[in-house]
Amino acid sequence: MKLRRPLPPAEAVSLPRRHFVQGLAACGVMAGLGLPSFASSAEAGPRELSGQEFDLVISELPVNFTGQAAIATVVNGQLPGPTLRWREGDTVTLRVTNRLRVETSIHWHGIILPAAMDGVPGLSFDGIAPGETYVYRFQVGQSGTYWYHAHSGFQEQTGVFGAIVIEPVQQRQPRMREHVVMFSDWTDEDPARVYAKLKTYDGYYNYARPTVADLLQQAKKEGWSRAWQERMMWDEMRMSPRDLADVSGATYTFLANGTTPQANWTAQFDNGEKVRLRIINASAMTYFDVRIPGLKMTVVAADGQEVHPVTADEFRIATAETYDVLVEPQSDQAYTIFAQTMDRSGFARATLAPRLGMSAEVPALDPVPTLTMADMGMAHNGHGPASHDASAQDHSSHDHSGHDHSDDDMEGMEMDDGMVMDEQPAKPDMAKKPDMMEIKHHPATENTPGSSMQAQVVSTRLDDPGVGLRNNGRRVLTYADLRTVGSWQDPREPGRTVELHLTGNMQRYMWSFDGVEYADAAPMRLTYGERVRIVLVNDTMMDHPIHLHGMWSELEDQRDEFQVRKHTVRVQPGHALSYRVSAHALGRWAYHCHLAYHMNGGMFREVVVA
Amino acid sequence: MNAQNRAKSRWLCGWTAMALGVGVAVPAQAHEMEGDVFSAVMLDRLEARNDNGVYTAYWEGQGWMGGDLNKAWFKTEGETGQGKAQAADAQLVYSRAIAPFWDAQIGARHDFQSGGMPSRDWLAVALKGLAPYNFDVDAGAFFGSQGAAARFKASYNLLLTQRLALLPEAEANLYSKADPQRALGTGLSNLDLSLLVKYEIRREFAPYLGVMWSNKYGATAGYARLNGVPANQMFYVAGVRLWW
Repeated sequence: MKLRRPLPPAEAVSLPRRHFVQGLAACGVMAGLGLPSFASSAEAGPRELSGQEFDLVISELPVNFTGQAAIATVVNGQLPGPTLRWREGDTVTLRVTNRLRVETSIHWHGIILPAAMDGVPGLSFDGIAPGETYVYRFQVGQSGTYWYHAHSGFQEQTGVFGAIVIEPVQQRQPRMREHVVMFSDWTDEDPARVYAKLKTYDGYYNYARPTVADLLQQAKKEGWSRAWQERMMWDEMRMSPRDLADVSGATYTFLANGTTPQANWTAQFDNGEKVRLRIINASAMTYFDVRIPGLKMTVVAADGQEVHPVTADEFRIATAETYDVLVEPQSDQAYTIFAQTMDRSGFARATLAPRLGMSAEVPALDPVPTLTMADMGMAHNGHGPASHDASAQDHSSHDHSGHDHSDDDMEGMEMDDGMVMDEQPAKPDMAKKPDMMEIKHHPATENTPGSSMQAQVVSTRLDDPGVGLRNNGRRVLTYADLRTVGSWQDPREPGRTVELHLTGNMQRYMWSFDGVEYADAAPMRLTYGERVRIVLVNDTMMDHPIHLHGMWSELEDQRDEFQVRKHTVRVQPGHALSYRVSAHALGRWAYHCHLAYHMNGGMFREVVVA
Repeated sequence: MNAQNRAKSRWLCGWTAMALGVGVAVPAQAHEMEGDVFSAVMLDRLEARNDNGVYTAYWEGQGWMGGDLNKAWFKTEGETGQGKAQAADAQLVYSRAIAPFWDAQIGARHDFQSGGMPSRDWLAVALKGLAPYNFDVDAGAFFGSQGAAARFKASYNLLLTQRLALLPEAEANLYSKADPQRALGTGLSNLDLSLLVKYEIRREFAPYLGVMWSNKYGATAGYARLNGVPANQMFYVAGVRLWW
């Protein structure tokens, strides 16, 4: 497709060669509409709707982010959809009309509401059929930064999302200028095709696979024997230390408020003024590492919940998380809001400037990080790989090399609905848990072709910023830095613990909990009113953002004390963590990995509170 | 999303689609038919071979359709020289995931009639997957009126850079009984070793150059010599890998 307008003058942006899809300078949505001014969306950002009654229409929209015409699915004709501004305590009514040819839905991510209002087809309601309008109505009992998105097919990937900002009844922070910065990942490909390609070849979008060139480089630094040994260990397991993102900049253009890095969405500030940035990761598959070179960020909220202010240079935002940060630019200059992807295959970019049209240097991408054996949940003493040894023979005998446990020592654990339930009451002592925890038991259901790895030793540390951010010279935020203001929403000790393993087989591109995909799994049952501890053990080599609908996930620290209240909890590879949930929400709820293709693949559970 | 049942019910559908893919496979879209059925067609080698000015064409391809655990799998390989097919076969098997990296397969193999050689039919069983250290392995055993046969294939994809790769490949065929009509002796009949340098322009389009050593053994070598073909040959090959 030809451009309707000439490109604006090239900016002083040094674009790394590794980057594939940089995006057009002209903003895609506007190009699709054929509107006259290229700059309009770059300045304005998503439109805002406020009040108690909202009309949202979901429809297709021609867009052009890359020079190639494509069709997005959007809310009210814009990508992102309008920012919805609610007031805590209000009852909001949202009439959502479907102008697509297929079923749609809107899920209000992180909002505590009745099950019928949660917007998950098949669980909360029947979805919104083409031409129909569904009326959501609920009372807003919280404040902060949230977002909404479709929960149907891959519509979230193709643009059905927007921000929610809820004003608190009592404003704790003084009013200040604020901007919503919503990051997302756009592909011109049909997401179903992306998914099919991953099923055919898991490395389809990965252009950072370990090569001989990498080996030579590592050998130069660390010596041949070490480099070779390490490569052999990975190869023996048939795993890749560069398995950082399933879908990369090879097909994605990363957007900030629906704007390509070239088009440079710009947020304005007045010199010396404090600005609140409400940062939302609305991507389908991408983790971003966000920083604003030249400015310290003070994180004041995570997942909408106020935290004790903590200052950082950089933070990693998992898919579906939100962070509110305050910045205080002191000079009359532009600052780049730089969000490089975890796999370093690209970046989203926006600018914070006193005047439109200004821009600052865009940093180079950091080197592609490499996972370590610890990220695999592998013991440091190296007693064997953590992967199944998967020849046909020893599969049948459940004898996994590197695991010397037998199925007999599963005493004290009860297999129920494919879930390991430990009925012991919570530990009374508040001693700090060790940093490393041996995973002695794996659910028997993990012995399936759909799960290729079992962690042996995992980290329970919350102060690990994650692969690619460790010791990078910057002050990087971790979960250990996030302390939600106040305490548990429910002071009771958990009555029981439910352990759930995050499982998958990258090579087959299969994803599940405890080796059981959603379609084959019984719902996880919670008793209405109970307080439960959920332990998540990551048996894969990927980072998973786990989202429980309808109820808060209150993360425990290593002393089992209150850490942070979240709606989406990031579980790093080689890690385990625990959080408490109060089952105060009757009904059927979704519980899943928020990476769209993992969720679609079956890393999903129904949670029934009854 | 019960892939197992679904694959069973789609068994015939997959069979028909695969049957269409004989020879140069039909470019089937890898999109979902419904639910979780996927498909792919991979022509891993489509090449011209040259041994001292004598050219032959060779292909090796596969396609599958199905879910994560159960698939209909089609495989074919063959060689033609001077417009006449010298040897070609095709297999259609049911493929079931039995371990994280391994599929067990069972089905039929057909050796095509060509150049005066009669056709043969076999029951095919195979273990296909990824061995430790990332070797792609396809080990098949075949049973028919001509006794038993075996075919072992292994390859390795050594990435020099993100797009440039070195591919060693090996294929061996064995027969329990001599089949003079198809110029085959007992035991190891041939061992082909290739070394290819492949450049991935796209995942779906990767041209390559390489060399191949083709060695025939025992009575099979004798039959070859009788037909004026040396038992040990070295070819220069040029080809392309195509995926759909």
